Amino acid sequence: MESGMNEFKENLIKTLKEIAYPLVAIFISVIAGGILVYAVGKDPIVAYTAMIKGSLGDWNKFGETLVTVTSLILTGLSIAFAFKCNLFNIGVEGQFIMGAIAAVWAGWAFTGLPAVVHLTLTLLSGAFAGGLWASIIGLLKAKVGSHEVINGIMMNYIAMYTSNYLVRTLLNVPGKAYSVDIADTAKLWRFSQAFEQFKHSRLHIGIILSLIAALAAYYILNKTVRGYEIRAVGINPHAAEYGGISVRKNIILSMIVSGLFAGLAGGIMTTGVQYRVNNLFGFTGYGLDGIAVSLVGNNHPIGVILSAFLFGVLQKGGPLMQIQGIPKEVVGIIQGIIILFVAANFVKVVTENIKLNRELKKQTVKEEVE
Amino acid sequence: MEGVGMFTILGIIVTASIRSATPLIFASLGGNFSERSGVFNIGLEGIMTVGAFSAVFFSFKTGSPWAGLLGAMIVGGLFGLLLAFMSIYIKANQVIVGTAINILAASLTTFLLVEIWGRPGQTDNVEYFKAVGPFNIFTYLAFVMVFISYYVLYKTPFGLRVRAVGEHPRAADTLGVNVYAIRYICVIISGILAGIGGASLSIGSMSLFKEGMVAGRGFIALAALIFGKWNPIGAALACLFFGFAVALETVGNNLPVPNEFLNALPYIMTMFAVSGFVGRAVGPAAGGIPYEKGEK
Repeated sequence: MESGMNEFKENLIKTLKEIAYPLVAIFISVIAGGILVYAVGKDPIVAYTAMIKGSLGDWNKFGETLVTVTSLILTGLSIAFAFKCNLFNIGVEGQFIMGAIAAVWAGWAFTGLPAVVHLTLTLLSGAFAGGLWASIIGLLKAKVGSHEVINGIMMNYIAMYTSNYLVRTLLNVPGKAYSVDIADTAKLWRFSQAFEQFKHSRLHIGIILSLIAALAAYYILNKTVRGYEIRAVGINPHAAEYGGISVRKNIILSMIVSGLFAGLAGGIMTTGVQYRVNNLFGFTGYGLDGIAVSLVGNNHPIGVILSAFLFGVLQKGGPLMQIQGIPKEVVGIIQGIIILFVAANFVKVVTENIKLNRELKKQTVKEEVE
Repeated sequence: MEGVGMFTILGIIVTASIRSATPLIFASLGGNFSERSGVFNIGLEGIMTVGAFSAVFFSFKTGSPWAGLLGAMIVGGLFGLLLAFMSIYIKANQVIVGTAINILAASLTTFLLVEIWGRPGQTDNVEYFKAVGPFNIFTYLAFVMVFISYYVLYKTPFGLRVRAVGEHPRAADTLGVNVYAIRYICVIISGILAGIGGASLSIGSMSLFKEGMVAGRGFIALAALIFGKWNPIGAALACLFFGFAVALETVGNNLPVPNEFLNALPYIMTMFAVSGFVGRAVGPAAGGIPYEKGEK
């Protein structure tokens, strides 16, 4: 009984510590952002008030924030899932792009289908395209051992140019720098259709889908044999192989699942928000943001939901800050600092190093005394 | 007559290739030092961005492009130091730190642009390096740097240590090489070179800083580095080849392949190279792994 209590206590302390480190990192980053705002002669309190008002000030703003949160949850899950297998899926951006363009194709090419069927088909096309794009990275990693980060970066660019090519040819609207629109039967249901409060926001049912996806990721990772294998490979591939788990198979599988989430994010962007794809001059940024979301969420599906919300607030608060005369780039700077601190486990490493130094000093003092 | 026409077009393509290759060469040489010592530098793109911005800023403040160049080198070096500190002392995931640097660089430069020039988009025109002959001085400097880098990495004791640290840090440590010091130096050099690469865009090809002007060149440089098998001369040749792909695209829309394919070509070829389909490109063995002294 007592040992049970102790175990519970230990687990609680461990969880609290895991939550505490990102929180301290966020706190430091927010302070740093405030100092920066102050340094250019603006009021940090005004800046942060504008950020909160701009993202959560009324139902419509809250709705728009949730639109961003939807994408962030999915790209965050994508990164987190791959991380569990110790893979860095920096190719999320490309998988997102492929998901978005594939959804445009499916939403436009099929006509006369009932809405439920068409929508499902369109979302599946998006997810499938993302999974397919990621599977190339997984296959190359598993079969010839080439680094997933290098291939991921390269495939992001290839995706961008592939999408632009399709926008210019197959899915072209003559004379426009964007693709054809999807059919109404492929559009996600919007909250504004039923709720007066969300009238001026694009909030759509995708937010629910993203929460379901998070639960699915949690379930796969923690409650299935497959998830156990993926995590085992992530922690120690040699031990996993010795234990009869195929490292290659799990690398490919976790990349595909990761790509499915990213592709779904792109598909939801098309069916819920944009209804089309623009000619891209640069990346959408959702993939990179997913890295930050996943890291701050400690690569845990539930953590991802919370941190996606945090980053959604940060990003959607930017425009109102801009109106108040504070450059919205402060948001990007805060985000960069958060990644630096959280990713690096900065707080943990520094506190541990200080502890270690203290102990070393004590030891040397002791030795000197002796 | 037709022959002369062909010759002129060829001349234009060659000059254009070399011009587009110039910033890439600096950045990929930078990447070469960093990765040879065992530290991934995904942040090349961001360091080029801060380099391009600092070059314009210092040229604007002093009226001298030389001060701009120096400023770009110093700020680039400082960002290199940040990457080095995070990768070596904090032992953070180098890819993540690089990503953070890229995000920081993009936001920070736009933020400062608005603060200093009072508008988003681009800065005012500043003093820049005018062309000497067909190219500006950056191009000549780039080619000199290729041979200096090759010499340093392959013909000097320092270069031997760098490569040893990147391949087998423990063995190098046993022989008395200071692994941490070598890595710090290399990553800082990497930042300085990427900073010059950025400057070559803002005060070489142009006379101002524009948001997003680096436009993925840091990643192309990374691709060139890999395609050139982590060797300065190989990397420079790859940069020229990638520059050629860009030049072809500007020459005409009448090519039998879509423009987007030419754009994507460097990336496709790099994937082939790292996957061993056209001569295997294998990076330094200890690349990306933080070194822990006294660990078995």
